[in-house]
Amino acid sequence: MKKVYGSAAEALEGTLSDGMLIAAGGFGLCGIPELLIDGIVASGVKDLTVASNNAGVDGFGLGKLLDTRQIKKMMSSYVGENAEFMRQYLSGELELEFNPQGTLAERMRAGGCGIPGFYTKTGVGTVIAEGKEVKSWGGEDYILEEGIFADLSIVKAWKADDTGNLVFRKTARNFNPPAAMCGRICIAEVEEIVPRGSLDPDKIHLPGIYVHRLIQGDHEKRIEQRTVRQKESV
Amino acid sequence: MPWDRNQMAARAAEELQDGWYVNLGIGIPTLVANYVGDKDITLQSENGMLGMGPFPYEGDEDPDLINAGKQTITELARTSYFDSAQSFGMIRGGKIAAAILGAMEVAENGDLANWMIPGKLVKGMGGAMDLVAGVGRVIVVMDHTNKHGDSKVLKACTLPLTGTGVVDRIITNLGVLDVVPGGLKIVETAEGVTEADLRAATEATIVG
Repeated sequence: MKKVYGSAAEALEGTLSDGMLIAAGGFGLCGIPELLIDGIVASGVKDLTVASNNAGVDGFGLGKLLDTRQIKKMMSSYVGENAEFMRQYLSGELELEFNPQGTLAERMRAGGCGIPGFYTKTGVGTVIAEGKEVKSWGGEDYILEEGIFADLSIVKAWKADDTGNLVFRKTARNFNPPAAMCGRICIAEVEEIVPRGSLDPDKIHLPGIYVHRLIQGDHEKRIEQRTVRQKESV
Repeated sequence: MPWDRNQMAARAAEELQDGWYVNLGIGIPTLVANYVGDKDITLQSENGMLGMGPFPYEGDEDPDLINAGKQTITELARTSYFDSAQSFGMIRGGKIAAAILGAMEVAENGDLANWMIPGKLVKGMGGAMDLVAGVGRVIVVMDHTNKHGDSKVLKACTLPLTGTGVVDRIITNLGVLDVVPGGLKIVETAEGVTEADLRAATEATIVG
């Protein structure tokens, strides 16, 4: 089965519908599916719920989908870097479901593993626990969190072979594997697609079984907080 | 003289034991890395890295290599990378020995508030709730009072909580306190700060 597509628009063909749930990889602007976000903007699909740790910045990453008002609801752990996000949220145009970062990652992983719910200590006794089932083990309370089953996953990797085996680079891996796992359909964008046999099978980070469609392209890879140290003078 | 930011960070670094895997929060906790000395400490960055190195030299920045504060960083010989689910798996699984975190308020029962001020812009809890629920030891580093002079070391937190009963030790500009049954116990005071000064700046119950 052919997984490699020529463009984001081709790869997204037939996968989008209004009101759907999309899981997106990335942490801040690191390892985000830039090309697929552009493709979703161009498609005009709307009323999206997006599960993503962050919401991009103004005019870049998921910020582009906020600018076009295509997102109805975000499921995130931290959204502080985006003025348009805050404007829409404070005016009631955008729904926001805060998830602790590890809970969000585990909800994606669980969904991808067919696990509808799990108990965690994270958030016990906080606003996050409100309305959630509490269960005790060994005298400690845990709350029930639900797996995320997304209609579509969009992720970014460094390299892929044409069967969809993915290799990530450094901290750009972040949410991409769990986001990829929880989607009914997963589209991955990579910097380079290499022939099968050229990736070491022992060094595949995410097996191709999770990846249904693939595209290759150039990435801007914007840096959010450029921090450097001075070279010590001799 | 109360401790300054660097002295608080240096004092917090004394808490870390050789061989520990540690997560440092944003702000003063980040400075702790400068004071670990010869101890073999591996820093975790919860976006998916163990063995976090210093900031890169200008020109060496890599957009694929950032810390949880989204700052460009570097890797070390010991570095490993992993995804967010595994990262928080090791946090929840108790593999991280300690987290050193900033706080808005701490209560005498170990409750911690450090993510949300009602009526102000709420950015989110990030990984803070997972960290305080999962790591072996939670050490808070913060100023003892806010800019109005009100104590941040309280009988009960007034702000929405990050976790309940999670804090083990509090290091402030005035000294060090432990969370113990019945309240807080003074471990030490900053040089030139008396126990009376510390008590006067503390709303929480001090025992012993």
